[in-house]
Amino acid sequence: MKQSDEAFIMEDQEAGLFRVNRRAFTDSQCLEQERRRIFDKCWIYVGHESEVPHAGDYRSRNVAGRPLILVRGDDSIVRVLLNTCTHRGAMVCRQKSGNAKTFQCPYHAWTFNSRGQLVGVPGEESYSDGFKRDDMELAAPARVDSYRGFIFACFDPAGQTLYDYLAGAREYIDLVADQSALGMKIVSGQQSYSARANWKLLVENSYDGYHGLPTHQRYFGFLGDIGIDFKNSTLTSPPRQKPVDLGNGHAVVEYQSAWGRPIAHWVPPFGEDRKAHFAEVRRQFEERFGPDRARRICETSRNLGIFPNLVINDIMAITVRTFYPVTPDYMEVNAWALAPMDESAEDSALRLDSFLTFLGPGGFATPDDVEMLESCQRGFANREVAWSDISRGMKLEHPSITDELQMRAFWRRWNHLMTEPQIRRARKAA
Amino acid sequence: MSTPQSPSRQEVEDLLYEEAALLDEWRLDDWLELLTENAVYEVPPTDVPEGDSRNTLFIIADDAVRIRSRVKQLLGKSAWAENPRSRTRRIISNVRVLGVEHENTLVTANFVVHRMRYESVDTYVGRYNYKLVRREGALKIRERRAVLDNEALRPHGKISFIL
Repeated sequence: MKQSDEAFIMEDQEAGLFRVNRRAFTDSQCLEQERRRIFDKCWIYVGHESEVPHAGDYRSRNVAGRPLILVRGDDSIVRVLLNTCTHRGAMVCRQKSGNAKTFQCPYHAWTFNSRGQLVGVPGEESYSDGFKRDDMELAAPARVDSYRGFIFACFDPAGQTLYDYLAGAREYIDLVADQSALGMKIVSGQQSYSARANWKLLVENSYDGYHGLPTHQRYFGFLGDIGIDFKNSTLTSPPRQKPVDLGNGHAVVEYQSAWGRPIAHWVPPFGEDRKAHFAEVRRQFEERFGPDRARRICETSRNLGIFPNLVINDIMAITVRTFYPVTPDYMEVNAWALAPMDESAEDSALRLDSFLTFLGPGGFATPDDVEMLESCQRGFANREVAWSDISRGMKLEHPSITDELQMRAFWRRWNHLMTEPQIRRARKAA
Repeated sequence: MSTPQSPSRQEVEDLLYEEAALLDEWRLDDWLELLTENAVYEVPPTDVPEGDSRNTLFIIADDAVRIRSRVKQLLGKSAWAENPRSRTRRIISNVRVLGVEHENTLVTANFVVHRMRYESVDTYVGRYNYKLVRREGALKIRERRAVLDNEALRPHGKISFIL
C-alpha cells in the first residue's frame, strides 16, 4: 500500500487496508480547515427542545466555537441566536440559563426581545434615518431546524436540509425518540468535562466495540460482581449485532447487551420487585410498534455517531454527548441524560443510577476512555509513526461491532469534506 | 430519649484529616473503615450543585455497593485512569459543625485537592458536606458529598480517584 505524506486517508480496498494520517489529530492547520470545512458546513447539534420548555426559557451555550442562545420566544418558536450585540459586540445573554422577556446588552443597553428583535435603543434620535432597527436584530445561524426534538444549526445557507443530512441516522434517532409517546427530555444536570486529546478520537471511541473488553475490564468486573453475566451476551455474533454506515459520515453499532436497560430490559440488579413493571412496559411497546421494533427499542443497545460531533448512545441509559476542539490536542465535552418525558420518579432514579455505573467523568468506564484518548494523543508525538490503522473487518462479509466499519464511514466523509475544495480548485485550474 | 451530643470540632477535624491522609496515601481499604455500612458518596454536577441524585444527573452517586466496588477497582490493575496512580494532596479547612439532625451530625468543610499526573496539575476546589454518625463510640461517615466550585471539569477531564 502506497502511503503519501500529503494524504489524510489511505484506502486500499483490494488489500483491505485503511489508514489515517496522524496529522489529522495533531496539526493546527488541519484544525483550522476543520473549522471552515466541517463545522461551518455541517448541521451541528445545539440542544434539545425540552431544555427550553416555556416561552422565554433560554440557555446559553457554546456550539461550534460560538456563544449561542437557545431560546423559546414569546411566540413559542424555538430559535438559536448568536450571542453578540449587533451594536458593538458584547454578549447580550450572560447567564447560563433562565427565563427572560428581553435580553438587554449591559454595555449600551440595547434591548432585544425573545425573538431576537431589537426593541430598545437608548437615544435612538441621534441615529440617522438610514439606521433601521430591523437591520439590527440578533443574528442567527444561516439555518436552524430540528428532528424529533433535537435542534441543529448550520452556518452554511446552502446544502442539504437537516432531514436529508441525517440520512440513515433518522431511523436510529427514532428508536430513541419513540421511547415515549409524550416525547423525550434532557434530565437536569450537565456533565461538563474535557479530554486532552483530539476530538476525532472521541468520535472513534464512542462506537468502538473493539476496545470494550480491554479498556473496560473493570466495568465488566463490576457487572459480574452485581450478578450480571456478560460473557455470553455482550458479543453475540452478526447479524444480531452489526455496525452500519448510515450515510453522510453517520454510523451506528447495534447489539444485544449484557447490561440492563432502564427503558425495558430487566436484569437482576434492578430488583425482583421491578420485574413485572418492566414486562408491562415491554408489552406496551409491543402494542405500539409490534414485536420486532419493540425488541429493538427495549433490548438492543445502539451507539450512534452523527457527523461530525454528536453522539447518542442508548446503552445502560441514554447519553447525548457533543464535543468541540479548542486545540488539536484538547476538546471540551458536554453530556446529558435523555429520558422519557413521562417517566416516573422511581424509574428516573433507576435510569440515572444505571447511567452512572458506566458513563460520565466519574463513572466506571468513561474515565478510562478519556485516559486512552489522552494516551493516544501523547503517543502521536512519535511522528515517525505517521499512520493509524482502521482496517479491522474491512474484507469481512458480515463485520461485527468489534470491527472498524463505523469509523471508516466517519473518516471517508471527513476526508471528502476536507479535500473536496482543493480537488474542485484543481479541476477548475485544469 | 437522650439527644446525641454533637461531636466537637476537634473530633470532626481529626476524622476529616485522617480521611484526607488515607485517600492521599491510597490506603483505600482503611478509608472504607471510616464509612458506615450504608454510606453514600456523591459529586453533584457543576451546574446543579444542590441537586438530588434521584432526579439530576450527577458525576458520582455511589451507594455502599458502588463505593466498595470503586475501591476494589482502584486497587486493582485495570482502572486505567488511575493506573499509574495519580498523586493527590488534599487541603481541608474551614471545618464547621452545623448541628445535629436525627442521629447525624452535619459538617461542612472546604477542600482544595490537587491531582498530579503525567506532569499536569489539576485543582479541584469545593466544599464537603458530611453526615457523620457515632457507631460503637467512633465517629463514622454516613454521607459525604463533594460539591465542586469548578464550573466544569476542565481541563481535569475526570474524577477518577476518590475526591
